[in-house]
Parts: sequence; C-alpha cells; structure tokens
Amino acid sequence: MSIQQLIWNYLKAKKLNTGLNILLLSLGIAMITLLILFNNQLEEKMTNNSKGIDLVVGAKGSPLQQILCSVFHVDFPTGNIKLREADRLAKHRLVKYAIPLALGDSYQGFRVVGTNRAYSSIYQADLASGGWWEKDLEVTLGSAVAHLTKLKVGDRFESAHGLTKDGHAHDENKYVVRGILKKSGTVIDELILTTISSVWKVHEEQVINHNDQMPISPSLLVPSVEAGDSLREITSLLIKYKNPIAAIQLPRFINTQTSMQAASPAFEMARLFMLLGVGADALMGFAYVLIFISGLSIFIALYNSLKERRYDMAIMRSMGASRGLLFKTIILEGSILTFIGASVGILLGHAVLVFFVLIMEEGQKMGLSAGIFYVEEGVILAGSVVLGIFCSLLPAIQAYRVNIHNVLAGS
Amino acid sequence: MIATQGLTHRYHSKNGVLSHEIVFPDLAVERGESFLLLGNSGSGKTTLLHLLGGLLRPLTGKIEIEKIDIASLSETELDRMRGRQIGFVFQRNHLISALTVKNNLLLAPFLAGEKQHEERVDLVLDELGLREKKNAMIFELSQGQAQRVAIARAIINKPSLILADEPTSALDDKNCDQVIELLNKVAMENNAALIVATHDHRLKSRLTKQIIL
Repeated sequence: MSIQQLIWNYLKAKKLNTGLNILLLSLGIAMITLLILFNNQLEEKMTNNSKGIDLVVGAKGSPLQQILCSVFHVDFPTGNIKLREADRLAKHRLVKYAIPLALGDSYQGFRVVGTNRAYSSIYQADLASGGWWEKDLEVTLGSAVAHLTKLKVGDRFESAHGLTKDGHAHDENKYVVRGILKKSGTVIDELILTTISSVWKVHEEQVINHNDQMPISPSLLVPSVEAGDSLREITSLLIKYKNPIAAIQLPRFINTQTSMQAASPAFEMARLFMLLGVGADALMGFAYVLIFISGLSIFIALYNSLKERRYDMAIMRSMGASRGLLFKTIILEGSILTFIGASVGILLGHAVLVFFVLIMEEGQKMGLSAGIFYVEEGVILAGSVVLGIFCSLLPAIQAYRVNIHNVLAGS
Repeated sequence: MIATQGLTHRYHSKNGVLSHEIVFPDLAVERGESFLLLGNSGSGKTTLLHLLGGLLRPLTGKIEIEKIDIASLSETELDRMRGRQIGFVFQRNHLISALTVKNNLLLAPFLAGEKQHEERVDLVLDELGLREKKNAMIFELSQGQAQRVAIARAIINKPSLILADEPTSALDDKNCDQVIELLNKVAMENNAALIVATHDHRLKSRLTKQIIL
C-alpha cells in the first residue's frame, strides 16, 4: 500500500465520475493543443515560405491577394505586369535579387510556376531524383506533388487552366517531368516548377517568337527573350532588398512611379493574422470555458466524495494517519486527475491532427505534422496540475479538519 | 498498560448553550486482560473509548499508556502512538470500500508508518479464517466476515491495546459468538489489553471483568 495506490483505488472505485472528469478536461485541453499545433505550424510555414522575399511586385489589386498568390500559392494573380517594366525594376540599385514568376496553370490542383533556379534556391530545395528543369516544357516537381499525383521522372502530363482540378486543359502542349525535389517543408513541395517561357508557350494560341536563336541582348529576368520586348508579361516579381533603406524607399517608388503594386509579405501576414486571430481567440475562449467547467466538476466531485469519505478519513486517522497525510491524499488525487486529463487531452489533440493529415488532402498539402510537441504543451500540463491542486484545496482543508470523534460517534 | 485518573468530558448540546459534564471512573487495564465496558446508550461508552484512544482530548484528568501521559504528546506523536499501539474495531462501515481486503489490512502498517509484510497479512487472515477472501472487495463480504476483517486490521500492527466499540451489535448470535471469541483470542495471543464497549447482553457472560458506566 502506498499513497499512490490508495488514490488510484479511490479513482478506480468511481470509474464513471473519474472518466467523466477526465473526458471533460481532455476535450478542452485537446482543443487548445490543436490550436497550438495549427497556429505554431502555420506560423512556421509562413515564415519559412516568405523567407528571402521582402517584397512582391505585381499588377495593381489587393495586396493580400498578391501575397497569397505569389508567396503561398493559394490565391489567383491580381493580373500581369510587363516583363519590360519588371526588368527595369530588377536593375534598381536597392534590389539585391528579383525572381520572376509566371502563374496561371495547375495540374490536379498543384500550381505550375514558371520561374528560374533562383526561386528554388531561396527555399534551399534539393533534388531527390532526376534533374532541374532547363528547356521549355520540362518540369521539376515538389515532393508533395510527386507523392500525391504519382508522377515519376519521364512522365508527361497536361496542365489545366486555373487552380482547380477540372479547368480547361491545355492539351496541345504536354509537360515532361525532369526531376523531383526532396521534401523541404515549404510551399515549394506543392509546386510544379518550369521555365517562364513554358508558361507562355502553353497559353499562346500562336507562338509569337518562332526563332529559337539566342537573343542579341537578353532580358535580365528571362534570358530567352530580347530585352525590351514589349509584349511579354509575367505575373509577379519577388524582391529581396539590398539594404534596410530599400524597405522605406522601394515600395513607395513602385506604388507611385510605376503601374505596378508592391506588397510586403510580413505586413500582409500580420494583417491576416489579426483578422483570423478573432476566430482563433473565440475557439481558445471556448476551450478555456471547457477547462473551467471541468475544474468545477472536479471540485464538486472531490467535495461530494469527501462527504462520503468523511468516515473513511476518520477511520484512517484512528489507524494513525496524520492530518497532513489526508491533506496530501486529496491534493494528490485532484492533481493526478487533472494530470491524466491533460495528458489524454494532449494526445487526443495530436491524434486529431494525425487523423486530419491522413484523411484530408489539405492536411498533407499544408505539410502539417502531428509528431511535434511544443513547449506550450508542457505549460498546459503544468497548468493542469496547478488547476487540480487549486480545485482540491478546499476539500483537502476539510479533510485536514475532520473531527474524528464526531464522525465516528455519528454526531 | 493503560490507566486513567479523574477523566471528565464536557458535552455541548446542538445549540451550544446547554452543556453537561460527565465524570468517568478511574480504570487500569494490563496487557492480556479483557474488560467489558457496559452502559446504556448515551452513557459515554464511545466517548470514553475515544478518550482512551487519543481521538479526543479530555476536559480534565490523565491518561497513561505504557506510562506515557498522552496529554503530553503532540498531534503527530499521538497519531503515531495510535497507529502503533492501538487497534480499533468499530460497529460497522469501518472498512475502506474502495480497497480489497488485503489492501485494507496493508493500510494499517502504511498509515502507522511501519513496514508492510504480506506474510503477516496471510497469517492474520488465516487465523481469522478469511484466507480465501484476501483479494475480495469489501462489498462482497457478509457482515460477520467484514467484522472479522476489521479485527484482522486492528491486530495486524500487533497493538498493545485493542478498543472495540459495539463490535457485535450488528451481528446475529452465531457471528456474535465468533467475533467476541476471536477478539478475546487474538488479544491473548498478542498479549494486548482488550476493552469492549457494548450494551449487548449476549457478551456479559463471555467477559467477566466489567466496568459499568
């Protein structure tokens, strides 16, 4: 017999009560855990995805849409910008590097991105098999694309217009898979990378530039075309500042002096989080209400069981138990109960995420992982134990004060 | 081994205004002796037992157990003394229903802060004919069996004093005989003093040394 065994037997003797309290607490904790997992991983993803991109330049429109489209690849472009203008901006003295993007097509919901190798290098992407895209209509697949579409090196496929699975198919020009990337945990896992001119080629009814010769003075962003080409357009330009002054001057310059629009990922994301934060806060609040109710329920359970156990307590005192031991027993019982509830809740939160990732394609696309434990979860566990101690304090004080004689004499 | 001198206790009525005092006769009980504490309901039998067991502090008077004045003991020392020297047997509801028979018995040395020996549990259960009930839950026991488990628990720490409060009044004649016989036997075997408080007339013929309140 030990104090743990004694408590365990008491908890076991009231299976229904114990189970209900654990369930109630674990639901609240699971909800908080899930929110923590989502929030942290989304934030990590967002920072990882916008690393190396200080500014996105595109056609005028919604800046948030521009960021969602060109950095996270979840929205549609705001329009196109002239390659000639983009070229001019890329040469600006405050620009460290500028990466062109040409968007428009997708394959089974995965976006085809016309760009250059600089794009894959900002995500430090590595090849898992095959090679990099070089010629037109060659593509390199992100790991999630390869995994979910089952495409292999050498396979051919045709892209569809838009981002949906059943867009108009461009069946005249087929892409060929040159290589597949290693998993990087960034947005590039969900992209199909190719050259800018491939995207042009797929969309042009008649190919404008028929000669395959190298241009005399190539464009900075797309070397396969002549600099100053007045017809070619791209979707957007990802810019890295050369120095901090650029952060002040460049966006203003672009927004006032050109027909293009500049949007900062950091700023737009902060704005988005502020808007979404209300929903997350509401869920968090609901979770805290659940935890509060379970705390109350544990308190009531302990308080009621104490009434039934007054006799037990007096008997134990008659057998030599000190007041302190009874106090400790009740406190431990409360905290063990909340500890179990919190542990179950945390595991439940992770289990829900495992389920989400397994069942929903979106979960896999987002690259969420249920195997990561955050410091906050440790804090929750510790907090729950504190909650248990708090809820059992009053019953424990009553146990401490049990008047043995009165209880045993039945008066 | 236990002796009292001039014990009194003050009762308070429910509203706390009226109170009356009760004066207990002095008594001295040696190891191996068995006493019957007789008296009508309300005569203070339970109160006296609680005073003797240190569950209640007297208004005046002195209680010596093994030559130690228990008034001089602190609350914790009193708890320890109670756990090691005294075994209680109550009328009913005195086993912890959340625990098995075995764990109810092991609770005694645990709470008294002594080593727990399972052989001692087996020995005591054997002695009381409860071997097959070792792993039973309390609700599976009959009243007679429950009372025997209570006796087992009272003697497992080899106390020098056994205090029994109406141990037989909830039992039928057969179980009553068995329980008082066992109490007597185990008290003798453990060389303990036994005091049985009761108004049960069936016991008068079984224990000849009597104290009447």
